Amino acid sequence: MKKRSTELIQRIGRKSCFTALALLLAFSLTACHGARTINRFEVPGKLDPSKKIELTFWAKNDTNKTQTEIYKKAVGDFEALYPNVSVAIKLYTNYGDIYNDVITNISTGTTPNVCISYPDHIATYLTGESVVLPLDELISDPGYGLGGSELLFDGPREDELIGKFRDECRINGSTYALPFMRSTEAVYVNRDYVEKLGYELPEILTWDFVFEVSEKAMEKDEDGKFKVNGQDVLIPFLYKSTDNMMIQMLKQEGLEYSTEDGQILLFNEGTRKILETVAEHGKSRAFSTFEISSYPANFLNAGQCIFAVDSTAGSTWMGTDAPLIDIAKEKLVRFNTEVRMVPQVYPEKPQMISQGPSICVFNKDDPEIVLWSWIFAQYLLTNEVQTAYSGTEGYVPVTSKAQNSEAYQDYLSRSGEDAQHYSVKIAASKLILDNVDHTFVTPVFNGSASLRDAAGSLIESTVKSARRKTTIDDAFFDRLFADTQKLYRLDQIGQDGQMRDLGPLPGTALVLLAGILILWIFYGGIFLLRLIRMRGGK
Amino acid sequence: MKKVFALMMSAALAISVFSPVMASETEKESVMEAGSPDVKGEGVMTYAEYMAAEVDDEVTIEAYVQGKQAFYDNKDAGTQTATIYTQDHDGAYFLYNCAVSKEDYDRLEVGTKIKAVGYKSEWSGEIEIVDGSLEIEEGSYVVEPLDLTEFLDDEDSLKEHMNAFVSFKGMTVEKADDSGAAFLYNYDGSGSRGDDLYFNVSKDGKTYSFTVESYLCDKDSDVYKAVEELQAGDVVDLEGFLYWYEGPNPHITSVTVEEN
Repeated sequence: MKKRSTELIQRIGRKSCFTALALLLAFSLTACHGARTINRFEVPGKLDPSKKIELTFWAKNDTNKTQTEIYKKAVGDFEALYPNVSVAIKLYTNYGDIYNDVITNISTGTTPNVCISYPDHIATYLTGESVVLPLDELISDPGYGLGGSELLFDGPREDELIGKFRDECRINGSTYALPFMRSTEAVYVNRDYVEKLGYELPEILTWDFVFEVSEKAMEKDEDGKFKVNGQDVLIPFLYKSTDNMMIQMLKQEGLEYSTEDGQILLFNEGTRKILETVAEHGKSRAFSTFEISSYPANFLNAGQCIFAVDSTAGSTWMGTDAPLIDIAKEKLVRFNTEVRMVPQVYPEKPQMISQGPSICVFNKDDPEIVLWSWIFAQYLLTNEVQTAYSGTEGYVPVTSKAQNSEAYQDYLSRSGEDAQHYSVKIAASKLILDNVDHTFVTPVFNGSASLRDAAGSLIESTVKSARRKTTIDDAFFDRLFADTQKLYRLDQIGQDGQMRDLGPLPGTALVLLAGILILWIFYGGIFLLRLIRMRGGK
Repeated sequence: MKKVFALMMSAALAISVFSPVMASETEKESVMEAGSPDVKGEGVMTYAEYMAAEVDDEVTIEAYVQGKQAFYDNKDAGTQTATIYTQDHDGAYFLYNCAVSKEDYDRLEVGTKIKAVGYKSEWSGEIEIVDGSLEIEEGSYVVEPLDLTEFLDDEDSLKEHMNAFVSFKGMTVEKADDSGAAFLYNYDGSGSRGDDLYFNVSKDGKTYSFTVESYLCDKDSDVYKAVEELQAGDVVDLEGFLYWYEGPNPHITSVTVEEN
């Protein structure tokens, strides 16, 4: 059973405010003269294999036991290879909790050695000086770099990292993470219903097509049941991550979202047009969202949805024969499930989001520990880990070495054989593999995570308002834009992507800062007094 | 010294994390009434009217707090919300992310009467009030858990008591997986301590899944620790709120072992 992740989001939102403020204050204090900072990392000449090393690894899984077992096996295999190293693994089921814990631990110098994160989150970690290890130098190190001569395992070479995926881990010109897995979004389609409504399912869906079919599906019979499924419930078009929906629609329309250096451009006329469309279909109930209705998979599998959009990393939940289901078996409806890329504005020029977990390494005082951390991070890119993990969901390996391996090719070729080779999951993986050149990511900067949340919130708020019969007009959008900018503090992000004024400091912080000021005045007074005495002595 | 200041600041801010309170951990009082708790104020719906309202309709209800699940404080946006189980004499209302000040939230105790305005919503079958706000009113009413043991296998009957404070008695703990464990962290064992606990109990040859929801009862709560101590074969009495997720999904707030 999946946890209602809106609660996670809310909770994260709350914690983020506290932790961000705590972090800011901690940095402002420790950045003073004489404060302790971690030294810039330099690759040590040679590692001592007899020195006991203890590493911590914070890993994220999709509430998927197989994934946790793969992590544990990877740790065990690594420890067997390097008996002097032990890796303590801490498991999370969402990125937000990792983010919060990392932020909290940056201020106390107790970050993990290696952790799975989103690049958006890593951009915030970088607020602390020398906290996250820049990897460019390490990646190309001949001894311990990717495919290095000193490694005891057969990892990928630098040129075997998929270039596009690696580029997603670059922030301010440096590589701060390694991609671990990649996914995108897909439309999981009930083909039977599309055809029953008199349409032929195209290879590439357009937004216009999806909305048209969805509206057609809203027709009811004389008993008030939907004609297409004979049920009381139908949400023809259901979207899981509305932040991605907005981002992809803007990108496909060639409209602005943000600049590379963090200027916020989301609140524009193009966004209003998109929201007007969303409102129209939200009002008719032909379109809804996860936050409003629940997981798309549940409705799809019950025959209550036609176009369910979710991550390819959620493909094992999608379809009549899905290995994982969250509804009672008696509610399952049999239908043919098709996997398509997200709807497009211009099918001849498809564009889709690239997403997925990345691995970052944290800097520490002991360069040997940092180097061991880096070696462990690399181990997660070996074929064995990559092929095993990508097989748990609709992920793809991030190295050409793993993608072209015999094991992975065999996996792809066995679509539909059994639950491990669930056809929808493998189709979802192939969707990314076939479209890497059509994927994109949004700029990463300190505040980009908030901007992403705001993009989704615009859609959620618009749909809710339309359903509640609120008048959707210019005044509504003016209000929505202003409220959203305030809620996500987007008015505090400068053109350089840095947070600006954070409002008045809490009283406790003011007391502390006043105390520090008084101390400096006291030291200054003593200094002046000594100076006067010295001059008097002369 | 400055490092210490920094740590103190971080710690002080981190301490502001909410702590859930639940009816099960509060001393169960007998019903106590101030006035007539179900005489509704002007413009307030009866439970029947609330249930008859359409999804997305604005609703106004009066009820009594039976469990506080979580409080969310977004200082920057100036929003403070809470998720709360409430009940009147006729039925239960689940307030999801309802606007309430921290001061008022702290005043909410099991039994406190509140008036809430929001929108009726349905999320995976769970009927709730969202995007609402509440105010505290005079009056108090603490429910006794409603014993629904005999209706365990009757989803329609259970649905009539959605979100209510209920009990299930004489349940036998079953193995949660092939290892023989009596509970799992997350539904499939993919989690770790602090995540939701899932455990199976049986009655009359049928097995049911129960949950300790970690927002409602975190890892430091009595019920969380008690479930971690369960063994397959134990006979237990359970109390909790009848949450709904694609069917009945009781969120347990207390467990009492009757037989080992």
